[in-house]
Amino acid sequence: MSCFTTKFADELIANAAYIGTPGKGILAADESTGTIGKRLASINVENVESNRRALRELLFTTPGALPCLSGVILFEETLYQKSSNGTPFVEMLKSAGVLPGIKVDKGTVELAGTNGETTTQGLDGLGERCKKYYEAGARFAKWRAVLKIGKNEPSELAIHENAYGLARYAVICQENGLVPIVEPEILVDGSHDIHKCAAVTERVLAACYKALSDHHVLLEGTLLKPNMVTPGSESAKVAPEVIAEHTVRALQRTVPAAVPAIVFLSGGQSEEEATRNLNAMNQLKTKKPWSLSFSFGRALQQSTLKTWGGKEENVKKAQEAFLVRCKANSEATLGAYKGDAKLGEGAAESLHVKDYKY
Amino acid sequence: MSAFVGKYADELIKTAKYIATPGKGILAADESTGTIGKRFASINVENIESNRQALRELLFTSPGTVPCLSGVILFEETLYQKTSDGKPFVDLLMENGVIPGIKVDKGVVDLAGTNGETTTQGLDSLGARCQEYYKAGARFAKWRAVLKIGATEPSELSIQENAKGLARYAIICQENGLVPIVEPEVLTDGSHDIKKCAAVTETVLAAVYKALNDHHVLLEGTLLKPNMVTPGSDSPKVAPEVIAEYTVTALRRTVPPAVPGIVFLSGGQSEEEATLNLNAMNKLDVLKPWTLTFSFGRALQQSTLKAWAGKTENVGKAQATFLTRCKANSDATLGKYTGGASGDSAASESLYVKGYKY
Repeated sequence: MSCFTTKFADELIANAAYIGTPGKGILAADESTGTIGKRLASINVENVESNRRALRELLFTTPGALPCLSGVILFEETLYQKSSNGTPFVEMLKSAGVLPGIKVDKGTVELAGTNGETTTQGLDGLGERCKKYYEAGARFAKWRAVLKIGKNEPSELAIHENAYGLARYAVICQENGLVPIVEPEILVDGSHDIHKCAAVTERVLAACYKALSDHHVLLEGTLLKPNMVTPGSESAKVAPEVIAEHTVRALQRTVPAAVPAIVFLSGGQSEEEATRNLNAMNQLKTKKPWSLSFSFGRALQQSTLKTWGGKEENVKKAQEAFLVRCKANSEATLGAYKGDAKLGEGAAESLHVKDYKY
Repeated sequence: MSAFVGKYADELIKTAKYIATPGKGILAADESTGTIGKRFASINVENIESNRQALRELLFTSPGTVPCLSGVILFEETLYQKTSDGKPFVDLLMENGVIPGIKVDKGVVDLAGTNGETTTQGLDSLGARCQEYYKAGARFAKWRAVLKIGATEPSELSIQENAKGLARYAIICQENGLVPIVEPEVLTDGSHDIKKCAAVTETVLAAVYKALNDHHVLLEGTLLKPNMVTPGSDSPKVAPEVIAEYTVTALRRTVPPAVPGIVFLSGGQSEEEATLNLNAMNKLDVLKPWTLTFSFGRALQQSTLKAWAGKTENVGKAQATFLTRCKANSDATLGKYTGGASGDSAASESLYVKGYKY
């Protein structure tokens, strides 16, 4: 094999395959303290540990939600938090058949000499950190690389830097028992059309898989978290079927069949848009050797957050809103979403924030 | 798209898909004049044009073989030859639903500073040549790149050079209406084990698909002609199921689903070995997003050549022998081959020639 041999190989393969179970997907609840602060601010909630804990407890204890999820990505603080009755979140998730994951990157920094392009940091001591996270119960990790479309972007430098950063992160994770989610996000910002997005996505994904091969990553023990292929945020919208066609084609051209599942990011899409697009992809009659599912943050939590408003008395209603989105996306992974999800407040609201920084 | 979509795009996609039809495969009859001379010498036949014409007529008019073949690769001389009653070979083949292809490379030359590694030449005026071949009726092309396994081989230089050569050849073909068969052959020569062959094959294929992406090749309009993953020629043989497992795993890790078909070369394998291995691959219960079929030269013609021995009175017998191998391989593409296609000792004879040069 050109991939390296690890004692964790069987476990990585089993966990990656499990995350891709049809009908399930990932809740991305790994907002850093700074980022969750912005969310809480938007609903006038103070950014203190107890509130951050309360929000995550609200999500994880929603009746009926966990069966729709195969994994939850956590921020480091949350990995060590407990529910109000003292059960560690990690235990709660595991006993419900949901794998805990952990965000391991340390954000982006600018690439000198480029037009605002970035690379992602977090490799220093990553092996040690992964070991500790594994001991704490994490079984997968996530690292977000960011690229943008512009006149001269993404540059070859940005593509190469980000691809090889992802590859190095991926193999270090695998050495330490964590399934790496490989996330090369191409921002939706811009006035380009869907063809441009497709071309860039194909180029970036090809570079990623070359880098993963160079670094001896075991593809069967990884997941991909790409952007969907869409027009730029300043361009006219297109139908879900068009997004589905361009997205799946880009993946067919670049993602080897050994990768068990592709878990899309939602970018700035509204909850409903993201679900409809995922649904359209799963309805498409064409070759898809990987399962197509979700790893949504904002697109799963937006209306739930608004309904909660930080108030104890709203928890039940907020949980109902969360369940609606979980079920809708679960159906979408089967191409069975009928678009009749009771739209919570804000479900159709665009979540696009220009030049979004986590 | 990052792929170049020229005026031939639809035709290329259609042709590639047709060649990959389950139940069919390719007869590689593109031996150069020098190479066919060696074959003739082994059966005491003079290497003159009429004999070369007679052999190919024997093959192309074999009753019952048409349903087993989707394409035939020809050498330039043969592209312009006719049957004994004056019909151009190209017309005969097309009428029978067998697509004519053309070998377009001009052999290998040594890479200075390496340990006998090579690159393939033939890019000069390739576009103009492809146009001529298209006019003459060819609809696909073939270019053989060669790599070898050794203590320090294949080198990074050799992998890069050969991958880029294949990519440049591929795009030029597509610009001129020919489906490029991409052939990065890793020779069996050596005492390495199957794992080493697997590692090298995966590394080479990853480099090839990165190069194809860089050169904007339309993958849906290509075919791949790889080696099977086997132990080296000086190592003990393994069962077809083992070869199947390593080969399909290597392909799942590197060949994007957009590629419609993989048409294996037979290398030095005997007729029977090649068929059994192909059969085992098609029986393997694992997801394969491309069809797996054959593009055999020696492994389709060996016993036929012996049966013919250049004599007109043997044509019927030789054609029956050829039909046996065609049917066996057709069955193998469906995983239906039950073995023992002919008691012919020639069928089990190894066709391995050390350091094989076409």
